[in-house]
Amino acid sequence: MAAPRSAAAVVGAVVDPELPMVTLVELGIVREVREDAGAVLVTITPTYSGCPAMEAIRDDILGALRRAGWTHAVVRTRIAPAWTTDWISESGRRKLAEAGIAPPGAAPRRAAGPVPLTLTPRPVVIACPRCGDTATEEIAAFGATACRELRRCPACGEPFEHMKEI
Amino acid sequence: MAFDDAYQALTDHDDDARWAYGTGFTDPLAGVPGGFPEGVDRADLAAYHLMLGDDALIMSHRLQQWVTHAPELEDELALANIGLDLLGQARLLLTRAGEAEGEGRDEDALAYHRGPAEFRNVRLAERGDADFAHLVGRLLFFTTWRLSLFDRLASAPDPMLAAIAAKGVKELTYHRDYAARWVVRLGDGTDLSHRRMTAAVGALLPLTEELFQPSEVELRLSASGIAVDPSSLRAEFDAVLAEVFAAATLKPAPMAATNAEPAGHDTESPGHDTDPTGRGTDPTGRGTDPTGRGRDGEHTEALSEILAELQQLARAVPWGVW
Repeated sequence: MAAPRSAAAVVGAVVDPELPMVTLVELGIVREVREDAGAVLVTITPTYSGCPAMEAIRDDILGALRRAGWTHAVVRTRIAPAWTTDWISESGRRKLAEAGIAPPGAAPRRAAGPVPLTLTPRPVVIACPRCGDTATEEIAAFGATACRELRRCPACGEPFEHMKEI
Repeated sequence: MAFDDAYQALTDHDDDARWAYGTGFTDPLAGVPGGFPEGVDRADLAAYHLMLGDDALIMSHRLQQWVTHAPELEDELALANIGLDLLGQARLLLTRAGEAEGEGRDEDALAYHRGPAEFRNVRLAERGDADFAHLVGRLLFFTTWRLSLFDRLASAPDPMLAAIAAKGVKELTYHRDYAARWVVRLGDGTDLSHRRMTAAVGALLPLTEELFQPSEVELRLSASGIAVDPSSLRAEFDAVLAEVFAAATLKPAPMAATNAEPAGHDTESPGHDTDPTGRGTDPTGRGTDPTGRGRDGEHTEALSEILAELQQLARAVPWGVW
């Protein structure tokens, strides 16, 4: 029998159900994996309040642990601090770009005082994941999932998705 | 996991993952350590979470009704996404309301098995939209008010409510930007779009009065810092609207102190974007009692229509599992 894999290694290999090119750890959704006397405690932070993938994510983590022989596992949700795209790792960003999804830039920092209104799209520089040109433009701020928006690249003529900074 | 077709993925019973299909959802706060602040009246706490949760649930349903009716595919996606965020907020808040109440009611019991008089949402959330201008105007007013409220709740002493609010602030920020940009585009657009946006704002502004009138529960809880007194949100709300109206070249008439009937309900060219949600709803959104408040459970006929749709299946098959 092969040596049992550590719980952290098992959880570390679980991919996101909607973005299967990246793992939950790379996305920053998995915050912590603890082993204690044969039991595993996994802590996750949801991305968006209404994200319907959270249910699947919890099940995927428990299923992977079960298949690796970890039968006593609990997934705990931590909602503060709120998830931010700044938690996506460098390897996660690279894999998103390779799959044609422009990774997020730095999340917006907020000054003290009321949340500012933004009446025109921020002049952000998002490189086209296909040709690398940076003169891309927003098509729609809302895409197929809460975390993505639609952009296009005038240089190569292709539309692409961009993971929004939050 | 690979499937030959989408239907197989949805109906595969060996897989625990159900996405948004079926009844297999667990409580959105599953695995979150519970507990409530000491010395706070649980009934008041439950009532307050219900107010905030109902606002999101009913507004979310109204947004979902626009899907397949919005002028562009991109706006369908936007409205569906915003509705989903609000539904997520509603689930967290209703679950928390049920826990504070302590009578075993979960989010489903609260969403599906209450009558209109038990709902505590503001009337602005339930109002039907006469056209797309009414929708974006209503969304602007709703999100501007809720963002300001959640921004203050994010530093509230109840850590769970603070966390839900802090998360909501990020979402409401781009909801408000979306609505504000549309109000500017229509207000500063063609003569026709300007007229319709002006009519929408004029019709909706009287409904915003209710947003700043504290209920007794809010007054009691705000005294101990647990809740926010909504009357304290007025200045920020007015400042944001002034900025949007200026960019949109809109000059709404100053609101009369009385509940004057909103003028100029739009009669122009009912097109494909006209009222997917109203279905005969009282266009003033006020029902028979013009002074009633949603926070007191006094609603317009519009809420009954929403609940008939929202609750129909759950009530017809209360034991249903699929």
